[in-house]
Amino acid sequence: MTSPDAPSTRPSAVLRDTRAVLVRELWPVLRDPFSVVFSLLQPLVFLAFFTPLLAGMTGAPLGDQLQWFVPGIIVMSTLFGTAMAGSNLLAEMQSGSHERMLVTPVSRSALMIGRALKEMVPLSVQAVVLTGVAAVFGFRPHPPGMALGLVLLAVFGIGLGALSYSLGIASRNRDWMFWAVQQGLLFPLMILSGMLLPLESAPRWLQVLSSVNPLTYLVGAERALFNGLLTDPTVWQGALAAVGVATLGLVVGVRMMRRSV
Amino acid sequence: MTPIISSRGLSKTFRGPGGGTVTAVADLTMDVEAGSLTAFLGPNGAGKSTSLRMLTTLLRPTAGTATVCGHDVTTEPGAVRSAIGYIGQKNGAGQYYRVRDELVSQGAFYGLGRAERRRRADELIDALDLGGVVDRPTMNLSGGQRRRVDIALGLVPAPRLLFLDEPSTGLDPQSRSQLWDHLLGLRERLGITLFLTTHYLEEADQFAERVMVVDGGRIIADDTAARLKSDLAGDRLTVTVVDPDHPTVVDALRAAAQGRDATVEHGSAPDTDVAAVRYSVTLDRGDRALPALLAHLAGRGQQVLAAEVRRPSLDDVFLGLTGRSLREEPTEPTGPDQPAPTTVPGVTP
Repeated sequence: MTSPDAPSTRPSAVLRDTRAVLVRELWPVLRDPFSVVFSLLQPLVFLAFFTPLLAGMTGAPLGDQLQWFVPGIIVMSTLFGTAMAGSNLLAEMQSGSHERMLVTPVSRSALMIGRALKEMVPLSVQAVVLTGVAAVFGFRPHPPGMALGLVLLAVFGIGLGALSYSLGIASRNRDWMFWAVQQGLLFPLMILSGMLLPLESAPRWLQVLSSVNPLTYLVGAERALFNGLLTDPTVWQGALAAVGVATLGLVVGVRMMRRSV
Repeated sequence: MTPIISSRGLSKTFRGPGGGTVTAVADLTMDVEAGSLTAFLGPNGAGKSTSLRMLTTLLRPTAGTATVCGHDVTTEPGAVRSAIGYIGQKNGAGQYYRVRDELVSQGAFYGLGRAERRRRADELIDALDLGGVVDRPTMNLSGGQRRRVDIALGLVPAPRLLFLDEPSTGLDPQSRSQLWDHLLGLRERLGITLFLTTHYLEEADQFAERVMVVDGGRIIADDTAARLKSDLAGDRLTVTVVDPDHPTVVDALRAAAQGRDATVEHGSAPDTDVAAVRYSVTLDRGDRALPALLAHLAGRGQQVLAAEVRRPSLDDVFLGLTGRSLREEPTEPTGPDQPAPTTVPGVTP
């Protein structure tokens, strides 16, 4: 018998349960690591085809172009990989596995926080692999800056993952809605962040839209960090954006999880 | 002895289409003894799953109270969850997860220590013959294997009380009988109380000690299967008599049926070369009435060609109670999650 006197709302119990959920989420990744690498195809395609295109347009040497472009591509792989996370929960709600977990005494918050934390793992692996591939073509990251960049990325990924899981919960009775909303947001967010193309020459209204996109600040911070500009003001702005997204994601996510039956 | 499940006036209403309310469960009041095997029998949409979901803390009741393993489902859901096991309608293991990983994770969700989790998982893998598939993702398992994984997951907390929602739906007959072998074996070994919903008559009839017939969100009958059948349906006795003396046979059958509404039906017997007539009547304990009846008829010079006693099925019980057959599948697609609209308040015995 388990101890019925361990209410799952106590902080220590939430911590223990978060760990249990995180470990469960990591099993499929560990058992089938190829799944993590597979989602790298898209950013690699952009890296291979878009960099020369960009270099041709700006007239900059390929190496310089990579220094600008690779941090953006790394954010892109986080964006696309993590924004899909909710579809896993959606599938678990449509099968019986989510319900099965809800009948256990596991804390409802932990079911969200553990999942969101897990998102750090694939996104970090992807960022490292992408950096490695880009290094072959002449990309030179600044190691301490890159480490800090990965931390920012991980914090942002927790928030985005939680938001994606929340969207999964919200669209549990009509799964097309998950993809409609997700795709509908993903591309505007990506283009408006200046991830692929610089927005300096964009019309004023686009720049205004870009300035309210948290991703813009994250991309700016990653560019500064990967190039060793640790004191650049974009760094704290990006950190603020990442922490903001993480806070919002977890608050919304935990609330949604409590109403997920 | 305190009942392991006790509910008083438990009800659930949902907001229906057009702003109206739909009553899924109305006034569920029952006590279930520890160690018993109880089946909730009823057609799809009768409110079986909704009742189960309230008792397992998945749904908040709209009204009423329920105590499960000594804890209130609304005010102490955590304690209820720690004490029960639950096997839902759908598969409980994630499709990309390996069987053993899911069992070990399930142990962690119940707060078991690391060694205890492993030990429990190994035990259940053994008990449910899952040894050959533990390292496979559940998506690669057969329907019967997946169901056994579900049962293993439900037993991880070593519960005193196990809820099963339509445990054998979608299984082929062989897997279904294997599943029951496992469930009954586990029950015998561990003394677990089983509470299940089913729309399979045979299942309720064969395995449950107590059957609650549910329709329109209400319990309309509640007894052992045998008593439900004898009280609410009765045996059907049929004799085929060659060249009968009609009044003699009818009187004999009326006498055999004793107090019951003894309408004797008769018709020509098919598949016989001689002029024979078939008579039938509904009665209690047809198996006991038959020898005396045959002796009586023989004494009156009646030649009985064939005699048959058909035990009633629970479907006869349901038909007698509601005028509908349980075997008729509803024409509109009512999923298990969709509550059926209730009819006018029925009579609960």
